[in-house]
Amino acid sequence: MDDYRQKESRVSSNNQRPEEVVASAVLRYADTAGGLLPLLHDIQGVLGHIPKENVADIARGMGLSRAEVHGVISFYHDFHTEPRGLTTIQVCRAEACQAMGSRELEQHVKESLGVEYGGTTSDGRFTLDPVYCLGNCACSPSIRIGNEVHARVDASRFEELLAEHKTI
Amino acid sequence: MTTRIYIPADTTACALGADSVAVEIAVQSQIRGLDIEVIRNGSRGAFWLEPLIEIEQDGGRIVFGPISRGDATGILEVFSEEGYDGLIQHELCLGSVSDIEWLSRQDRLTFARAGWTDPRQLDDYKLHGGYEGLTRALEMLPADIVETVKSSGLRGRGGAAFPTGIKWQTVLDTDAEQKYVTCNADEGDSGTFADRLLMEADPFQLIEGMTICALAVGATMGYIYLRSEYPRALDTLNHAIASAQGARLLGDDICGSGHSFHIEVRVGAGAYICGEETSMLDSLEGKRGMVRFKPPLPAIEGLFGKPTVVNNVLTLAAVTTVLAQGPEFYQEYGSGRSRGTLTAQLAGNIRRGGLVEVPFGASLRELFEGYGGGTASGRPVRAIQVGGPLGAYVPESQWDTRLDYEAFGEIGAMLGHGGIVVFDDSVDMLEQARFAMEFCAVESCGKCTPCRIGSVRGVELIDRIRESKNSAKQLNQLEDLCETMDSGSLCAMGGLTPMPVRSAVKHFPMDFEYNDQRGVKR
Ligand SMILES: Cc1cc2nc3c(=O)[nH]c(=O)nc-3n(C[C@H](O)[C@H](O)[C@H](O)COP(=O)(O)O)c2cc1C
Ligand code: SF4
Ligand code: FES
Repeated sequence: MDDYRQKESRVSSNNQRPEEVVASAVLRYADTAGGLLPLLHDIQGVLGHIPKENVADIARGMGLSRAEVHGVISFYHDFHTEPRGLTTIQVCRAEACQAMGSRELEQHVKESLGVEYGGTTSDGRFTLDPVYCLGNCACSPSIRIGNEVHARVDASRFEELLAEHKTI
Repeated sequence: MTTRIYIPADTTACALGADSVAVEIAVQSQIRGLDIEVIRNGSRGAFWLEPLIEIEQDGGRIVFGPISRGDATGILEVFSEEGYDGLIQHELCLGSVSDIEWLSRQDRLTFARAGWTDPRQLDDYKLHGGYEGLTRALEMLPADIVETVKSSGLRGRGGAAFPTGIKWQTVLDTDAEQKYVTCNADEGDSGTFADRLLMEADPFQLIEGMTICALAVGATMGYIYLRSEYPRALDTLNHAIASAQGARLLGDDICGSGHSFHIEVRVGAGAYICGEETSMLDSLEGKRGMVRFKPPLPAIEGLFGKPTVVNNVLTLAAVTTVLAQGPEFYQEYGSGRSRGTLTAQLAGNIRRGGLVEVPFGASLRELFEGYGGGTASGRPVRAIQVGGPLGAYVPESQWDTRLDYEAFGEIGAMLGHGGIVVFDDSVDMLEQARFAMEFCAVESCGKCTPCRIGSVRGVELIDRIRESKNSAKQLNQLEDLCETMDSGSLCAMGGLTPMPVRSAVKHFPMDFEYNDQRGVKR
């Protein structure tokens, strides 16, 4: 039910049907050497995920087999075939952040959002993902909300950021 | 007269609030009717002082940091009422840039421009010595460029420390219609951010370095493989590429020389293994990032089967210094067979974290104590992981080791990409060893069994060691497993995961003994 609603909102917000998004991405990248990754990034950038139903079109358009496209999508942590929350929250799990308490932060974030890694909050706002380093390791722990990285995040700072984000 | 205020647009500076400081300064100067130009420069890498702002007067700059949005309001108030002289008295004023000893003590070659320039202004880059290297290279024969890089002693900064000139020679010597220059900007190691800092603060340097490389080996196409975790770097790079093309320093017929070279940025998709060079090439080809067997070397059969240079961001950047200042100049820095400067990154539980560029040969202690000032928590340092997630945990007895590739190799550790991650005495080394295995399980490309399955088994074994009252048997099994991974893995992912694990067991054995207080902070 939730999943369905998110997809609806995505489609209505940019008024583009997945088939059209795929078709225009194929047009753009069919002749690009090694163009599959940029193409997948593009599609996911617009739709929020890469719908399974469209893998066949992608494969045909790029002159690949469906298995090849599936193989690539499943290999990379960034690509998703299921609908996601409107914004992705990444918590850095890597060593420099561990040294500054990211294990506790990670626990807090999961409890606060009520999801495990890969999960989407019940209001469809956020999907939580792990990340291994955001290049902000001198000011750990780090999290990323959408495209913004935040430094020295503890539980209370996380709640502040969440509240700020909800008001936008 | 217009006063310039510099506020970094760097990821870490912004993660600490630099954007809101910039907005505040713009708003306040409007309200107060001040003639101020805000410039978003790159960071100097003194991250412990970010957000750091610089105010220019008579060619010099005074520095304030770390400052909050509220501090920014106060600083502008003083400026509007008492002018520049009032600013110098301000409690957050750190003096001029050269007064910051943490910065002035460093030997900055690659990061000499970081913070001084606007990364979006090509002219600024040129004004600060940019494109002198390429100008030289355009007057040289390819073989002479390669020779210059060889005699500088430059070795790859991505981790493996392979001599750069020799790699270039192979590509130069291999006949092909098409050759490639690829820049490895996947920077996946925890505790590292030097590539990111360079791309955000001084992107033209990377472009210049790649262009020099292209001239040297005869390549016409280049790719920067950038990790998806770096959206700001993507933005600065794309902007810089467009500017360089506009000025005919990149693209067709560079500076009227008849040489062409194009660069495209390709964004990764969250896979650590794609930092391994052959996996990166597969990823650039639009495939799963599987590690390839070597031979053939990428220098002979690389991207799309063509001769390809794969170099780290910092390696390619250093080439500009080598060409501009000469190989002898570069050679003068360093220790033993590690020539030039090490761009160390102080990270983790550290009071003064950031980028420290010093000649190879300084001791680890000089860095984390002298520059780093000890832990952020104020507790004693217990372990330091050097060289990323595949690097060893270095105990106190080894903190005086010289930072050069060979000296670190001798103590069973590695420098890698120069990440130095400090842990205080609350660290549980069993958890760190477990994480090393877990990380390998998550990021393995899956090609070899010891890496793919062994790492999962490693996690289970360490869990059992944690639970068991007598873990001698499991510790032996863990060592056997490490041996199998070490000897049976195709690449360093599986091959070096044992390094942090073994170093933890060896130097911190008490953490692997039964302890019902586990999880309780000492
Ligand atoms: C698992 C693994 C990850 C790696 N990650 C990176 C990386 O993120 N960046 C990098 O430059 N080199 C990385 N390397 C090293 C590259 O394979 C390669 O040696 C390097 O890019 C060559 O450039 P250089 O000679 O300039 O160092 C990695 C190696 C391994 C085995
Ligand atoms: S060691 Fe691991 S990451 Fe490297 S090739 Fe083998 S399975 Fe892939
Ligand atoms: S380890 Fe967390 S940002 Fe680098």
